Amino acid sequence: MADFTEAIKAALLVLLIISATAAATAKKTLPAIIIFSSFSLIMAVVWALLESPDLAITEAAVGAGVSGVLFFMAYRRMGMMSGGKGDDENGKEDDDEHKG
Amino acid sequence: MSIRDKLSALLGFDIDFDAPVPPRKTETAAEQTPDEWRFSRRIMRAGGRRLGAIYKILGVICSVVLMSTLLLTVAGMPRYGVDQEYMDTVTYEYISHGMEYTGAVNIVSGIILEYRAFDTLGESFVLFCAVSCVLALLRADGADSEPERVEYRDISCDPILRRTMRAVVPIVLLYGAYVLLFGHLSPGGGFSGGAVIGAALIMIASAYGEDVSGRILTERVFKTVTTCALSFYCLGKSYTFYTGANGLHSVIGNGTPGNILSAGLIMPLNVAVGMVVACTIYGMYRMIGQRRF
Amino acid sequence: MENLFRNYEEAVALILFSIGFMTLLFHKNLLRKLIGMNIMDSGVYLFLASMGYIYGRRAPIVENGDLSAERYINPVPASLVLTGIVVSVSVTAVMLSLSIRLYERYHTLDLDVIYAAARSRREHR
Repeated sequence: MADFTEAIKAALLVLLIISATAAATAKKTLPAIIIFSSFSLIMAVVWALLESPDLAITEAAVGAGVSGVLFFMAYRRMGMMSGGKGDDENGKEDDDEHKG
Repeated sequence: MSIRDKLSALLGFDIDFDAPVPPRKTETAAEQTPDEWRFSRRIMRAGGRRLGAIYKILGVICSVVLMSTLLLTVAGMPRYGVDQEYMDTVTYEYISHGMEYTGAVNIVSGIILEYRAFDTLGESFVLFCAVSCVLALLRADGADSEPERVEYRDISCDPILRRTMRAVVPIVLLYGAYVLLFGHLSPGGGFSGGAVIGAALIMIASAYGEDVSGRILTERVFKTVTTCALSFYCLGKSYTFYTGANGLHSVIGNGTPGNILSAGLIMPLNVAVGMVVACTIYGMYRMIGQRRF
Repeated sequence: MENLFRNYEEAVALILFSIGFMTLLFHKNLLRKLIGMNIMDSGVYLFLASMGYIYGRRAPIVENGDLSAERYINPVPASLVLTGIVVSVSVTAVMLSLSIRLYERYHTLDLDVIYAAARSRREHR
């Protein structure tokens, strides 16, 4: 039984690295924010497997719930402020680049 | 019956497809960027490409060196999970005598609110400072801000969101209150319970709209709650520090472990810390999302 | 070298730290840099709290009045990391409000452009 827990923990750690890499190398910002929320969720399960239930509840509520929502609200505000059409690698696109 | 009546009968509430949505007034960036910024922006984009390759190569080398150094350090560390069996005296003391001195069944709660209560007070101060910084930075002061030009559509106009949140919010609030109050008996405590209650407050704001958020969850309420919670933490903990350091008898006893009214001041302090965390989370959400509390 | 595979949890935590560091270095968008910083924070917390784990022992909540130290993991690293997790979200919130103000003034999230605009603004004053 202990080997099974160790195997699941190893698999979750590999999944943690994969989701961190995916959040780092996503092309647009919105998928990066969503993948970051799932990264926090996997982290919460890893905390639970490390026998720290306080950390698991806190990480699930704060990392996946609050931090992701704050990123998303900030992104939404910046999108509305200048009427930009999304973003690319170099920050938000500006309309004057098309007009100028 | 029309489709709308059939859907309303099926779902049990009235669907209004013609609910008014306030128009979004935005202004493009071209109308307000001065000419000198656009000029230097083109310069920067043109000149940055030459340095870009050198920067990337140096960055890759630096990251590879960092990662190999860190992994070499891990190879020289004590074995994971096995070498910790021989604990030091502090940990041994916390586990063996923790329940007897603090009265808390959850040893981690006993540590952070009794043995190391200064750290938790400092952390509450950090949260308070953070929400003050966010309030100070995002307050509409007219310098560059544009609160009149952008219209934020109230998200509680959406019937699916409204209906779902009204069903879910009581359960989440109950769970948050449970985690907060039982922090000394089971996993949880001030930070966890406060975070869950903060998330429930965000859900209330999106379920019930502006009338509830404007009337009940105002800035003044949050400032009062945060200040009172932090003052209560300071005064309560100072009392136990004073009586403990001078060997006096304090009126707050430990009780029997396992009861909810036990463990001295841990449960009221959990509530205080939870209130600070919940107000902070909700305040940050409102300021970043809507620019007004 | 085989200690590296035995300490797999700390190795993964430091790999996460490096991934976050590389995100900080190579992305120009301020929001992506913030995501990278959060990943670095999570890596550091995983590294700290995995120091307390011992094979075969349970969470530090007293069961049936058994107070012997051989039944529980080390609770001290977990209590130190608990504070850190909440501090990291407040730092993220302050940085997000700073980037919102920067975006309002310069209408871009690209740090190079912000530097150039700030410099030219100072010269033109």
